[in-house]
Amino acid sequence: MAEKRKKKLGIKQRYSMLTRGLGWDTTYQDMDKVFPYDNYEGIIIHDWEGWEDPFRLTMDAYWKFQSEKEKKLYAVIDSFAQNNGHLGITDARYVNALKLFLTGVSPLEYQAARGFTHVGRQFRGVGPRVACQMQAIDELRHVQTQIHSMSHYNKYFDGLHSAPHMHDRVWYLSVPKSFFDDARTAGPFEFLTSISFAFEYVLTNLLFVPFMSGAAFNGDMATVTFGFSAQSDEARHMTLGLEVIKFMLEQDERNIPIVQRWMDKWFWRGTRMLALVAMMMDYMLPKRVMSWREAWDIYFTEAGGALFADLARYGIKPPKYADIATKEAEHISHQAWHIFYNYTHAAAFHTWVPGKEELDWLSEKYPTTFDKYYRPRLEYLDKEEKAGRRFYNDTLPMLCQVCQIPMGFTDMDDPTTISFEVSEYNGDKYHTCSLGCKDIFDYEPAKYVQAWLPVHQIYQGNCGGAEVPDVLKWYNFNLGADNLEYNGSPDQKLWDEWQAHRKKA
Amino acid sequence: MSLEIKTNVIQPRRHTYDHIAKRLGADKPASRYQEGTWDLQPTTNFHYRPTWDPSREIYDKSLTAIEMEDWYSFNDPRQLYYGTYTMARHKMMEAEENHFKFINKSNMMASMNEAWQQKVKEFLLPMRHYEWGANMNNCDCSDKAYGTAISQVALFAAMDRLGIAQIISRVGLLLDDSTGKSLDQAKVDWMENDLWQGVRRMTEDSFVVKDWFELLVAQNLSMDGVVFPLFYQHFDEAGQQHGGAPMSMLNEFMQDWGKDEKRWLDHLLKVTAAESPENAALLSKWASVWTDRAIEAFTPIASHVLGGGADEAMTSIRMEITKRAQKSGIEI
Ligand SMILES: [Fe+2]
Ligand SMILES: [Fe+2]
Ligand SMILES: [Zn+2]
Repeated sequence: MAEKRKKKLGIKQRYSMLTRGLGWDTTYQDMDKVFPYDNYEGIIIHDWEGWEDPFRLTMDAYWKFQSEKEKKLYAVIDSFAQNNGHLGITDARYVNALKLFLTGVSPLEYQAARGFTHVGRQFRGVGPRVACQMQAIDELRHVQTQIHSMSHYNKYFDGLHSAPHMHDRVWYLSVPKSFFDDARTAGPFEFLTSISFAFEYVLTNLLFVPFMSGAAFNGDMATVTFGFSAQSDEARHMTLGLEVIKFMLEQDERNIPIVQRWMDKWFWRGTRMLALVAMMMDYMLPKRVMSWREAWDIYFTEAGGALFADLARYGIKPPKYADIATKEAEHISHQAWHIFYNYTHAAAFHTWVPGKEELDWLSEKYPTTFDKYYRPRLEYLDKEEKAGRRFYNDTLPMLCQVCQIPMGFTDMDDPTTISFEVSEYNGDKYHTCSLGCKDIFDYEPAKYVQAWLPVHQIYQGNCGGAEVPDVLKWYNFNLGADNLEYNGSPDQKLWDEWQAHRKKA
Repeated sequence: MSLEIKTNVIQPRRHTYDHIAKRLGADKPASRYQEGTWDLQPTTNFHYRPTWDPSREIYDKSLTAIEMEDWYSFNDPRQLYYGTYTMARHKMMEAEENHFKFINKSNMMASMNEAWQQKVKEFLLPMRHYEWGANMNNCDCSDKAYGTAISQVALFAAMDRLGIAQIISRVGLLLDDSTGKSLDQAKVDWMENDLWQGVRRMTEDSFVVKDWFELLVAQNLSMDGVVFPLFYQHFDEAGQQHGGAPMSMLNEFMQDWGKDEKRWLDHLLKVTAAESPENAALLSKWASVWTDRAIEAFTPIASHVLGGGADEAMTSIRMEITKRAQKSGIEI
């Protein structure tokens, strides 16, 4: 080998020399002992050298690009704080989207950092390991820049003060938390399929584009800036997601059914989690970007359709239940908002009934469903609230054993009937919200029976006490400030005061 | 949009996040390091056990025998979070890049005597594999460590080691006219040459160390405690009489990095040993075993480069590690 090479290295060869050339097959210790976790999932890899580096970035270039981006980003964060940038947003209701983001999404960035660190050590191929390590440190970047940009909001608004504590405990935050715990407890190949492919490649546009354009539309320069700054990282993450899929599929055809099952599973789990984003888009942005339905059509039906057409040559089919998810796009945001409207006394953000113009917008965006199923209910709730009878639901909902969303979603062909499925395992019954979740449960029941279901845990007395206020204290909520209806909240009162002073000035 | 508003009506309602205020003992402004580090890692109510190792939780204190009342007792004295980390490394790398450019332009490598060029190929280039091993080990520590404070310093160190492995590789490409031949030969040496087998065996044995804190001590205190002074000071000095000036320039990154590593590592060891006599005893045991091994493993290469001077160099290196450990409350 040393004899054959006479010419100077090309860029690709040089990169490969600076990364993959570093590794070696261990002989004093068995490779299977050094890398104990990368073959129990059934994925067969004949040749790790078949891995195509999804991007070629050496550390010198990485430090250069990333430090330049950080410098610019922190300059914006600093000036945002100095100039009281929070006063420039459209309306204080907008901040509730940030509360959901900081408590629900930022902790996932941290989990991603640790998960990629794990697989960054565990794959025996050097190429994937280097790519995963870079993503690990990128994800640390994301959680830290998010915490730093929202630090200013936390000084002026409620509900942002305890994200890590809440993420580990609060009932609706177990939806994103269990999603990531599920991925992190899976093997390294499934982890990459779930996070790099299903999440980063297929669904990320449905999460980040709505949040970031929502921020832009609503005058939140701090969030817009970190969103844009993260985009070139995300572009790398997406190429890693696609490469890992192609790598598995090209290595052995016995990998195909395993990969297909993971795609089905993580597509469904992902769309369930995105229900939170759907309601954010349709209900929480004072100035709306596009409806959830429109986002779904563009980013899943069109973009995802092209992707799966491309993967068809490997024998991969579009995710199972994609048709049901597409039907759901018509309903999911309204049903999710309704659930939170019911339980907002137990949530660390506010809910409200949209104003008349906002309802009109929803009627226009959902012409066949909104007026028929959802508008009358919202108008009724509005009337009740104005009459001093704001409705809160005092019972505890049953949660789906897999996605952990309260069982409030309906059959999509009949939006008046709650949908649920039942499975049996070791003589016990387990409830899931949908066929998608039931499939996931039935394939790995021993995993999903372990779920830390918040409502069960409350009933078992593991959450601070028997009464709802005890539980909320255990969540570290400031009662009467973090929770309840937006109208009359401290956030709203202060916002109005600031606006009044501004008019006078 | 102008925001004309009297500042007295927009008083902050709190100065930092609750969990940060709790650690500060009061609600007062916190640093970016603090907000970006403290309590980020989930600690409870994990949903499932790892299918790859059901004996543990996703984050689990029992992955080391070291016990800490609070895993955030250690704080990085460099205060590095991602932003300050990348900026600090970019600055170091910019200087290193200038050295590469300068040496390349002035064809300075050719001024190094040929026998020494050959020596450099023999002792330095196989170290790219050692650095890759150090990357794996720090990655493993970052993966298994409890709490963000330690996990993030280990992740930074892991990425740094990849960076150093790449700098060493680029030295090889300078020496072999970018053909990569010298790197191929370095790999053969690493795999087969007797000079390197002690180091490679030690590195591979470290890959299967179960306790992450032991691994952290083995890699960063003992092995690196030998490597950084030996390769980037003693070998550097030895090169001076052979026209080794360009190597001195290129060693700068590693010299600076070695100092930087000591800053966080010695502080971490100090905080951990101070916690309990049991911790101090564990650290002492690990440091003793691995320092002996590291000295032994690198002695053949030290002799290869320094000849009769190797013993003296290794003795002074051992003393330096012992002294550092002692300052941190660890007896070797
Ligand atoms: Fe991210
Ligand atoms: Fe990402
Ligand atoms: Zn479900």
